[in-house]
Amino acid sequence: MSERISINSSTVDQVVAEALAAITAATDIAALRASRNATVGEQSPIAKLNAALKNLPHEEKAAAGALIGKARGELGAAFAAREAELGKADELAKLAAESVDVTAAPVPAGIGARHPLSLLQDQISDIFVGMGWEIAEGPELESEWFNFDALNFDVDHPARAMQDTFFVDPVDSHLVLRTHTSPVQVRSLLERELPVYVLCPGRVFRTDELDATHTPVFHQVEGLAIDKGLTMADLRGTLEHFARAMFGEEAKIRLRPSFFPFTEPSAELDVWHPGAKGGARWVEWGGCGMVNPNVLRAAGIDPEQFQGFAFGMGIERTLMFRNGVLDMHDMVEADVRFSQQFGVVL
Amino acid sequence: MRVPLSWLAEAATLRSNSTAESVMAELVKIGLEEEGVHSFGLTGPLVVGEVLEFVAEPQSNGKTIRWCQVRVAPAGAKAADGGEDVRGIVCGAGNFEVGDKVVVCLPGAVLPGDFKIAARSTYGHISDGMMASARELGISDDHAGIIRLHEMGLDPKVGTDAMELLNLADVAAEVNVTPDRGYCFSIRGVAREYSHATNTLFRDPIGHAQPEHVEGFSVQIADQAPIRDQVGCDRFYVRAVSDLDPTIPTPAWMVTRLKLAGMRSISLIVDITNYVMLEFGQPLHAYDLDKLKGGITVRRANAGETLKTLDGQVRKLDAEDLLITDESGAIGLAGVMGGESTEVSSTTKNVLIEAAHFDPITIARSARRHKLPSEASKRFERGVDPQVAPYAVARVIQLLEVHAKGAGQNLGADLNNLPAIAAVELPSGFAAALVGVDYTDDEIVTALEAIGCVVARVEGGFEVIPPSWRPDLRHKTDLVEEVARINGYDRIPASLPVAPPGRGLTKRQKSRRAVLTSLVGNSMTEVLNYPFLSEAENRWFANDSANAVRLANAMQEESSELRLSLLPALIQAAARNLSRGITDFALFEEGSVFLPDSQVAKTADLPSGITKPTDAQIADLEATIPDQPRHLAGLLVGNRVQTQVGVAAVEYDYSDAIHAARLVARAAGLELTTRQASPKGYHPGRTAELVVQTGDNIAVIGFAGELDPALAIDNNLPRRVAAFEINLEKLYAVAPDVITATPIYNYPAATQDLSLVVDATLPAAELLSIIRAGAGELLEQVRLIDDYRGQNVADGKKSLTFALRFRANDRTLTQAEATAAKDDAVALAKEKFGAELRA
Repeated sequence: MSERISINSSTVDQVVAEALAAITAATDIAALRASRNATVGEQSPIAKLNAALKNLPHEEKAAAGALIGKARGELGAAFAAREAELGKADELAKLAAESVDVTAAPVPAGIGARHPLSLLQDQISDIFVGMGWEIAEGPELESEWFNFDALNFDVDHPARAMQDTFFVDPVDSHLVLRTHTSPVQVRSLLERELPVYVLCPGRVFRTDELDATHTPVFHQVEGLAIDKGLTMADLRGTLEHFARAMFGEEAKIRLRPSFFPFTEPSAELDVWHPGAKGGARWVEWGGCGMVNPNVLRAAGIDPEQFQGFAFGMGIERTLMFRNGVLDMHDMVEADVRFSQQFGVVL
Repeated sequence: MRVPLSWLAEAATLRSNSTAESVMAELVKIGLEEEGVHSFGLTGPLVVGEVLEFVAEPQSNGKTIRWCQVRVAPAGAKAADGGEDVRGIVCGAGNFEVGDKVVVCLPGAVLPGDFKIAARSTYGHISDGMMASARELGISDDHAGIIRLHEMGLDPKVGTDAMELLNLADVAAEVNVTPDRGYCFSIRGVAREYSHATNTLFRDPIGHAQPEHVEGFSVQIADQAPIRDQVGCDRFYVRAVSDLDPTIPTPAWMVTRLKLAGMRSISLIVDITNYVMLEFGQPLHAYDLDKLKGGITVRRANAGETLKTLDGQVRKLDAEDLLITDESGAIGLAGVMGGESTEVSSTTKNVLIEAAHFDPITIARSARRHKLPSEASKRFERGVDPQVAPYAVARVIQLLEVHAKGAGQNLGADLNNLPAIAAVELPSGFAAALVGVDYTDDEIVTALEAIGCVVARVEGGFEVIPPSWRPDLRHKTDLVEEVARINGYDRIPASLPVAPPGRGLTKRQKSRRAVLTSLVGNSMTEVLNYPFLSEAENRWFANDSANAVRLANAMQEESSELRLSLLPALIQAAARNLSRGITDFALFEEGSVFLPDSQVAKTADLPSGITKPTDAQIADLEATIPDQPRHLAGLLVGNRVQTQVGVAAVEYDYSDAIHAARLVARAAGLELTTRQASPKGYHPGRTAELVVQTGDNIAVIGFAGELDPALAIDNNLPRRVAAFEINLEKLYAVAPDVITATPIYNYPAATQDLSLVVDATLPAAELLSIIRAGAGELLEQVRLIDDYRGQNVADGKKSLTFALRFRANDRTLTQAEATAAKDDAVALAKEKFGAELRA
């Protein structure tokens, strides 16, 4: 026979009070779980009281059972609450132990960059593609016919001498490194259906010594539009749109009379650069004009039917004044620091 | 063209406060671009002084100085600097006498080079000013002694402002003259343009010169070989001047004007011909009349003929050279340079002045052939006004009479074969249709008349005779430019034309961008190198016998070939970065290489640019142009991952080059496969050949691996440098137009590993493709995960482990099905390579 235990509210209260004290005393999850036997487990005092119920006289069982049930519920809830509380603290401690100095995060790989001259050509191309123009290309090593003769540079014209041309050996191979992107005008007119609206970015060559503002190898972008009824007003409108897309809404352009063999009338082009270092000002940007009828004839186009305009500007020069590049050497020396300051945007 | 303002003001109406800058600002509006300002750079006070006395004092350094007393203001008056009228000045020169009038720079004056004059202690005296040489004032290179004003024909009062006396306060505006505007190489031409720009009065300077009747001198034009059907000379005007005094110096104002215009004073006669050339734009030549033998004949050179030119050089003449000859033979290279035999000298008394008009092409070719770009040839090449010759000679004679005491004679000749100037038709409305401005008829006529045209209104438009100085006005569009220019380009409105719908970037253009972007995403930096290499550099990667394009006029003799590969310049760029302390980086370049399939050779003469060549001619032209594919190359140097907190450095190696190539292929929509290779310039055991394929279209597009370590070390690079180069044209040619999608199936995958023992020399990629073929369609992915050699694997063998992922597209695969597929792969590997399952 098992021992008869007296079960009344005072004995139950005492067991509950002792168990609650133990639950509260546990300061981490391990201690709490270790206290299970002393508090809510199968061997805990309250469990033992519960087991003793069966020895009680029948008439006492109901009241004692109610007391113990309530007590067990209370203790179970207290244990669970404490367990959740300590568990959360435990999780936080683990996260705290994992923390790092994010400002010292290792870099798994370097950061790449486009060359700004190449990027700028793409950016200009996008402006014109957005207007429905197409991008035309041609060879850098070019026949003199495309570079000069077809562009109304007579063999003996002083303009041909002023081009500082790289000639290929032997000279009577009639090959040159193109001195401008203009031969692509002729190629476009020969290859394409009229009307033609093309932009030709690319590399060009002149025998200038490298210094802060010159380089023998540089880049131009050339525009050509041949259609019915195009005028210098269309040229101005196109250039103004281009200038605003490049330099902001306040940009504007100015035309000054000039001379190029392949345009007549011809003009020098200045741009009002609102973002210029030291304040907005006029900057020389390029050359332009109405395509000379002789150029159209060389491409088999009747100048009485079609006319149009052409323009061209230096990419290096544009980058210099648009982005504040001070020295041409930076653009040609392939120092990675130069490209990396731009990355993939200008 | 440099234009002294005082000179310009004689022909143009300058505003009272004009500066060189303000004049240039006006001229640029009309098409003469500003080039710069020239001045003597002097600040006064500079005064005329008189040497009263001096004592020569030998110095211990071997020099003798003169301690001078110089009167710089009338007796009792204050000098220009507010000081005493007589100054003590130490002078190192010994070329002057007591009583000489000299130029004294008083304290406060500033000479070129920021040379400030002040009273200073020297050689035991206080030197209170400086007596100047011509070089110190920037007038000439003469530094043999100080200026003695009487030698310049001057006897001014003491204290006179020497700046004003010698015209030293004048400044010149320099403008760039475009090749179509030969007439602007003159004061006359620039003044005319200034009047157009400012709408002010132009006073034609030829109005002061009155040509007189000339006769009696024999002149013939006998051009036996005109170039391009143009007789070399169509006007030849000469006139004699007698009894010149050759000892008279050039007037100071003329010396300073010549100097400001960029010309050196030589002698009075030569200076006057140069002066009139600058003024009227007509090149002139003075012959010593007493040295001429008989009359003058203008003809082409004969075979073997020579000429000693004014610069003392004996020139071998070409049959195209146009000559001025007398009975003794050649006496001048027409329009380029005179001959020595008839040169004027310090004893010349009688001269014959020549003003001619030569064919621009003849002169341009001679000047280029003899490398003699002279002031004369520059003008003739661009076109000289053929009507100005008699006026220019009259002006020279006027100046010789005034300044050299000569007497103009009637002896001379005017041989004039000038053709009439052809009229140009300008249809009504044509200017408006080209410029987009509705010019009125009056505006058109006024503009054309302003530039010197004779305009007649005719049915449907205008008939325009251009002025003699505008040979560039030959077509109606030329006239339109003048109408637009004179009315101002600012009047042109803006309208945006609408292009027909475009097709966007081409596939090739899009591929290029995708390729570049993918390499940037792979931590690489784009660079742009010059395409010039030496013969040796060009063969680091190409065969020794490879043909290359060679420049005839390279800027550096050692870099005269065009590149066959992008890698040599990338190697040099890498070395430059390393020398600047940058150790870990990856470069790439996209650009043309130049690959002639044979030695570049002479080709047929070019077709004319006047009409469209035939298709056959265009094809022939294209055939002369060497192939120049776009390449893409990269160089990866140092560490891909640098040493940092908790991370060890990872060095770039061949696998990084192959990975970059893989990204490039992917950017064009292609999978890259590799094969072992050992191309020139690369590491023979660590380099792959790069292969891409679409259907039956397969191409080797380049190589990736590591540089030959010897090449790397020779160029100051680390021993291990990863490199690749791809022919983008070959890549683009294989790239698919459209990528066709395969469905993505969601039935569960079954994964299995497979270890096979094979010969150690078998490339893993070959085994992998056999596994793929053997396992069949159920195999979704296979990946090499281990290469084991050593214990339990026989010598000469290796164990390769692959991770296989199987999936069916219509059911959940059982392990048994996956195993069966794997077994098929093993069986095929065994059949092909003798592969054994690893125990």
